[in-house]
Parts: sequence; C-alpha cells; structure tokens
Amino acid sequence: MDGPLEKIERGPEPAKLSLSVNGATLVAEVEPRASLLDTLRETLDLTGTKKGCNQGACGACTVWVDGRRVVSCLTLAVACEGREVTTIEGLVEHPMQEAFLSCDALQCGYCTPGQIMSAVKLLEEGHAGNDAEIAEWMSGNLCRCAAYPHIRQAIREVRDGEHQ
Amino acid sequence: MHAMSYARVGDVASALAEGADPDSRFLAGGTTEVDMLRIGVARERRLIDINDLPLNTIEDLPGGGLRLGALARMSDVAATPSVRERFPMLVQALELGASAQLRNMASMGGNMMQRVRCGYFREAGMPCNKREPGSGCAAQGGFHRGHAVLGTSEHCFATHPSDVAVALVALDAVIHLQGRYGERAMPLEDFFLQPGDAPEREHPIEHGELITAIEVPAAPVARTSLYWKVRDRESYEFALVSAAVAATVTNGVIREVRLALGGVATRPWRARAAEQMLTGGPAISDAFEAAASAELAPAVPHPQNAFKIELAKRTIVRVLERVSAA
Repeated sequence: MDGPLEKIERGPEPAKLSLSVNGATLVAEVEPRASLLDTLRETLDLTGTKKGCNQGACGACTVWVDGRRVVSCLTLAVACEGREVTTIEGLVEHPMQEAFLSCDALQCGYCTPGQIMSAVKLLEEGHAGNDAEIAEWMSGNLCRCAAYPHIRQAIREVRDGEHQ
Repeated sequence: MHAMSYARVGDVASALAEGADPDSRFLAGGTTEVDMLRIGVARERRLIDINDLPLNTIEDLPGGGLRLGALARMSDVAATPSVRERFPMLVQALELGASAQLRNMASMGGNMMQRVRCGYFREAGMPCNKREPGSGCAAQGGFHRGHAVLGTSEHCFATHPSDVAVALVALDAVIHLQGRYGERAMPLEDFFLQPGDAPEREHPIEHGELITAIEVPAAPVARTSLYWKVRDRESYEFALVSAAVAATVTNGVIREVRLALGGVATRPWRARAAEQMLTGGPAISDAFEAAASAELAPAVPHPQNAFKIELAKRTIVRVLERVSAA
C-alpha cells in the first residue's frame, strides 16, 4: 500500500471528510474522534449498520473497509478517507440476504446486518467448510436471540449455491 | 471521547517527527487505541495515523526465518503459507485470538502494545496503579479470576492478554524499534516489563518511538509445535491458561523444547525452568509433570485465581504429551 503524497491533517474541530461509501462519494462534517459507525448512522443517515456494544465485542457494526470485514465502532471515520467503505445498504438482493430470510436466520434482527456483512466475507475467506468452522469464524458476531443454527444454515446454503 | 486532532503520515520520518509531540499517540489498527480513548483511559489529544507507512510486509528470511512488518495485520500473517508451514503455533495463536473482524484490523506491532483487560484498569473511578501510579490496586480485594499468578507484584497482577506474543516469545522473536535518534532491536521477551514497583511502565519504548518489525529466527523445532488455549468460551475469549510449545523428540529423548505460557502471567511467560528440566530428558509424563511443577513453583495465587496454578500445570503436561507424540 503506497501512502498518500500529502499529509492529511484534521481537527480537532469538525472537518469535511470525503468518504467513499457503497461506491458513492459522500461528505461528512465530523470531528476526528467520530467513529465510522456514528458517522454512518448519525451524519450520513445510513442506519443499516447497528450499534451494539460500541467496544468491538459484538460485531453488530460490521462493515467492509477496502473489502475486509471490520468493526466500525473501533474505526475512526477520519481514518477512512481514501478507503472504500461498504455497508449493508451496499448489498442489493445479495444471496446471503435471501438466505437469511428464507432460513429465518433472525428473531429481533438487530445483529442481522452485521451477521450478513460478516457472512459474505466468511465465504470469500474460505472458512465455511463445516459448521464448526463457520461457528469459529463467525464468533465475532453475537446474536442475543441465539439464532445461530439458522444463521449457519443460511451460510451453508449460500456456500452450496442454493441462492443465486 | 474527548476532542483530538488527527494527522495521517506516509513515511517513517514524518511519523517520528509528529510523534515527538508529547500529547500524541500513534494509531495503527485502533482496536485497543480507540477503545482506550473512548473509555477515558487514554488521554492523548492528537492521533498520528501510521497505517500508510510501508511497514506491512511479511517476508521470508533466508534460512527459514520471518520478518513481520509492524503494520502487518494478524489475519494476513496467519494466512501466509510459509508461516503456516514453518510456525504452526504462531498461526494457531493468531487464529485463536479475538475475532475475524479484529484480526483484520489489528497490527502485529499494535498487538504487542495492547493494554490489560483488568476491569479496574478500564474503570477510571477505581484505584489502579497502572493507570494512576500510587492509587492502589482494586483487583487485590476485588474481582480477579482472570488475573496473573506469575510475574506479579503487590502493585499489579493484571494478565498480559496477547496470544501471539506468547508464541513469539517461545520462538525467540526480536522486536525492531525506530526513534528520531536511530534504530534498535531487542529480544521480544525483554519488550514486556513485569509490573514490579512501576506497573505504569509496560514496555522499554520511548514516547514517539515506532515499532517497525518483529523478526522470528529460523526454528526447525517449530514445525512440530502447538498453541493450546484454555478458556471459558470456545471462541472469542481471552485465555485462562495458554501454552505455546515446540519440541524435537528422537528415540524418546527431548532434544530441543520451547515452552511459553499465556493467561497466567503479567507478561508473555517463557517457561525457562521447565525447558531446562526437559531438555535432554525422557519424553514421559512424569518428566512433564515435574517440569510443570517447577515452572509454577513461584506462582502467587489470589482467592479467585488459585485454580490457574493447577490448570497451568495440566495444560503444560497436555501440550507436551501432544507435541511429543506428533
């Protein structure tokens, strides 16, 4: 990864950040201390990403930065300038969304956007060989309703090409 | 979280120049740093984002060693084929730590700098000698089931939380630092200080000094190695006890052994007493038990964590049995 040629200097007062989110360039005026999670939800009105623990423990806020699944609560928005951010709003009729619906892989649904953002990457990473492996590599996404068996079923079905 | 300024730099020289500001702190993966800032334990007013520095390479060294750039992510190191082939316990320690998301974020250098998970360290209203020197240790009479039994002091006995640092210490890894006045390197084991009388000082690193790389020397013994983690949950939990072990056994005799413990000590704990007793001796359970007892002899238990002494002994015996049978 090559660094930018010019140093980026922001804050402490609010600054206009140019963020690439779901392929669109969006401007958010926030302070450097603003998390990506709060910026998405409160400033950019992208409320699909959920706030659970706000300390990196629950995975409800999982998004992709430069194609990797990360927790947006421990990511600063200012650190995402020049990166590509993808949220649940960036997935449209994705097979994983279809599978979560048809498998009833949720009860309250609060953790679901994070589960789906994590599950899509899980398949790309190649760690969905069996249920034990799926459970291990999805352990960063907690489900208070304990819909885990159906979440694993949804992931298996997408892995096996049952939702195109 | 308090207000702060932010700078993103693209080269080491700029990072070191910015890092001279005593109110600044480097930002890498952020998994510890943003958490610490949010709960008010970190108080810096300026973050220097070093993620664009060219320090994220993972290189094979001639002869079989590794050089891990300080900004290499845990997930990338674990996925590197040569690491998987040469250092199984390093990969296992990485993949048993945190979650997939956090491993994508967390850097190797940042992992070495992560802070303890003692609940009183994280709670600004409570006495904590590490956070506020001289204020006392609320864990002594409080909740300390996860705390350390080795390397403790009356001032602090918080457990060092890293998994991968345990494997790296067993592998004689060397950490490379760069400051404004030059570069230096030291054994990774020496990078972790025991609390003693100054639990606030965790590493012999100066303010504004950067970790640039971690080097792992070639270690054929590590091809037969194991990282075993015992914890309350099956996944995504800190260790109660962990052990990194590598051994070469021929004709029932231990020719070479590396052993380090996690979850039980204030630093990644190289089990040198056990290694010394085991080397050249028979690979039998009696010898493993004797070595485990010797290693845990200096352990200092507290009411809630005394179980860790027996658990650590059993873990040592178990990993030695497994690796010597491999």
